[in-house]
Amino acid sequence: MFPKGTKRKFSDSGEEPAVSGDEPAPAAAPSAAVRALTSAYSLQRQSLLDMSLIKLQLCHMLVEPNLCRSVLIANTVRQIQEEMTQDGTWQIMTQALAAAQCPTDRLVATEVLCRQTDAAAQAGQSPKPFSVVGLEEGYHAEEVVMEGDVETEVTMSTLSPVSPQLSSASYLAGTFGMGPCWEEDEDDDGECEEDEEEDSEECVSEGEEGDRDHLSADSRTGEQVFGTFEIKHPAPPPDPALEELFSDVDPSYYDLDTVLTGMQSAPKMGPYDLLESLSSHGPTALSSSSSCRSDLNELDHIMEIIVGS
Amino acid sequence: MAGAGGGTSDVQWCFSQVKGAIDDDVAEADIISTVEFNHSGELLATGDKGGRVVIFQQEPESKNQPQCRGEYNVYSTFQSHEPEFDYLKSLEIEEKINKIRWLPQNAAQFLLSTNDKTIKLWKISERDKRPEGYNLKEEDGRYRDLNTVTTLRVPIFRPMDLMVEASPRRVFANAHTYHINSISVNSDCETYLSADDLRINLWNLEITDRSFNIVDIKPANMEELTEVITAAEFHPNQCNTFVYSSSKGTIRLCDMRASALCDKHAKQFEEPEDPNNRSFFSEIISSISDVKFSHSGRYMMTRDYLSVKIWDLNMESRPVETYQVHEYLRSKLCSLYENDCIFDKFECCWNGNDSVVMTGSYNNFFRMFDRVYRQDVTLEASRENSKPRSVLKPRKVSTGGKRKKDEISVDSLDFNKKILHTAWHPLDNIIAVATTNNLYIFQEKLN
Repeated sequence: MFPKGTKRKFSDSGEEPAVSGDEPAPAAAPSAAVRALTSAYSLQRQSLLDMSLIKLQLCHMLVEPNLCRSVLIANTVRQIQEEMTQDGTWQIMTQALAAAQCPTDRLVATEVLCRQTDAAAQAGQSPKPFSVVGLEEGYHAEEVVMEGDVETEVTMSTLSPVSPQLSSASYLAGTFGMGPCWEEDEDDDGECEEDEEEDSEECVSEGEEGDRDHLSADSRTGEQVFGTFEIKHPAPPPDPALEELFSDVDPSYYDLDTVLTGMQSAPKMGPYDLLESLSSHGPTALSSSSSCRSDLNELDHIMEIIVGS
Repeated sequence: MAGAGGGTSDVQWCFSQVKGAIDDDVAEADIISTVEFNHSGELLATGDKGGRVVIFQQEPESKNQPQCRGEYNVYSTFQSHEPEFDYLKSLEIEEKINKIRWLPQNAAQFLLSTNDKTIKLWKISERDKRPEGYNLKEEDGRYRDLNTVTTLRVPIFRPMDLMVEASPRRVFANAHTYHINSISVNSDCETYLSADDLRINLWNLEITDRSFNIVDIKPANMEELTEVITAAEFHPNQCNTFVYSSSKGTIRLCDMRASALCDKHAKQFEEPEDPNNRSFFSEIISSISDVKFSHSGRYMMTRDYLSVKIWDLNMESRPVETYQVHEYLRSKLCSLYENDCIFDKFECCWNGNDSVVMTGSYNNFFRMFDRVYRQDVTLEASRENSKPRSVLKPRKVSTGGKRKKDEISVDSLDFNKKILHTAWHPLDNIIAVATTNNLYIFQEKLN
């Protein structure tokens, strides 16, 4: 069980909101969405989302996390995201995210979201819009990310039927990826290594996360679990909004890698510097993205050695 | 008639015994994780979080107290599983015993016990004789000086104090990437299945280095994973049939004769969702935590968070019976989600003649549902009701505003005291109910 921490008291009786059929139609976009944002229902829905993201992040690192529980929580998050997308709340959040000024640091998204305390902060707490939902339904935004086009990202709410071919975008893979990554008994094709990268997002669960601001923990969780893992993506685009979208991938990759492989005394300092900085009090500005990329390659190399390929 | 559930109005349950530490400070290793009677009911096995198995044996009925069926006393205790460390993943593998299943009785007793990754076959045998009178050895084992041996004698067996030995006969390892949640022995007594979150494997009891994968629901991309296997069981009579339940509330029945890989189910049991009760927690509470065939093999029972459902194997569209275990929790789902109680996996069991089913709840309550007389009762396993042969008083949770005397309000329930594991003697009205670290044995009051 998780510590209650900052306990929010809210009435359980109003807990089960009605089907999204009661929600205003997306067509009546702005006013309905605003209404949805401020209603008690949406507040409760938001806090449920926050809770779920924290639960996904704080998995027990010593023992393998319960896959059934993770799947159920992830499905709940997905459901909330879908509903928020339908009533337009999601669009508002993505706009708020995109509008925020972000430096090109790695942990930029976390910093940004830490500073937000207004209504947009609510938006900031949610995971990246395209991540979970886009997966099965083939949301247009997925393609958008690949092409580096920021504008269309906002049109998340339009359900375009396009199904992009994503090679290794595994938004939820991290959550469940710990298992399949290490299928030594089974087919050891490239999938194994791919999964490793994807795994990295999940189960980072530094206890240090708990030290952070509640908001940032949520956003970090969201980005960790649901952020894009597109490491195969070419040079990072200079666009600050996209930069922030990719921001949390690498650090968490390192962290998870550290824990997974138990490389407590690896010679490579890059990842561990990262771990140190993360374990201390707040988001630390990192150097340019390129150094992280080279560290990534080093880690890839190390992983290959360990897996014995 | 032995094994008759009777109407719950007729059957009164009495406290018989309680096993385990008395103090409230619960050692983690003592948490009971599984309870199982053997096929005759003479033996009762429990597994705990520390990887130990404790087997109790029923004393033969004494002539002094015909009112009481025999007591259960410790028969054997052994360490079944040890904690392991997966060096590749830097993760511990818990030694907690997830399930124990007895093999049908032979000369010796065999049971399968499993933790998250490894299944072991244990042989429990008795030794009540030992050889004496060796020629070359002294009684204490030292070798005799050959010069002192002048005669030749035949060693003979002499009776000794009963010694119960548990020896591991087979270790079935390295077949599961995910956590094993179920094992089930086939009616052919040659094979058994083991199920983890995404796969089910079929084993031969004699062969440990190989198993057949018969169900695999792992998607090609793990990000598409939305459903896991939660429980699986072989049909009690048809050795080709088994079922497995999922986190989405579906049960699939598979026929192994159809194909080697039973990914295509022969039947799928699922109840349509009630639109009035729809919430964000609908899926979580529909996740099935246990599935058990009836002894007859005609029905199966599933347990989800709030209810127990009985399914007729011939009807896939909906259950034939639904029993609410603790409907008063429906309005508390958000809190239960916050403290993770909503993920508790309750088990359920049938009585010997399939007329009554039982399952656990919170506050050390457990519930019985009589299918014949359409009655249900809530009982409590607690030290307060632990006077020998004291009759258990039915408990009631008050749902409305007014709380009657002797009722307990929903907010007063202790969600740390949960009864997840219960077992019913296959022939008699004797039940074993596990609280966190104690095992309660209740018997039917005999007049």
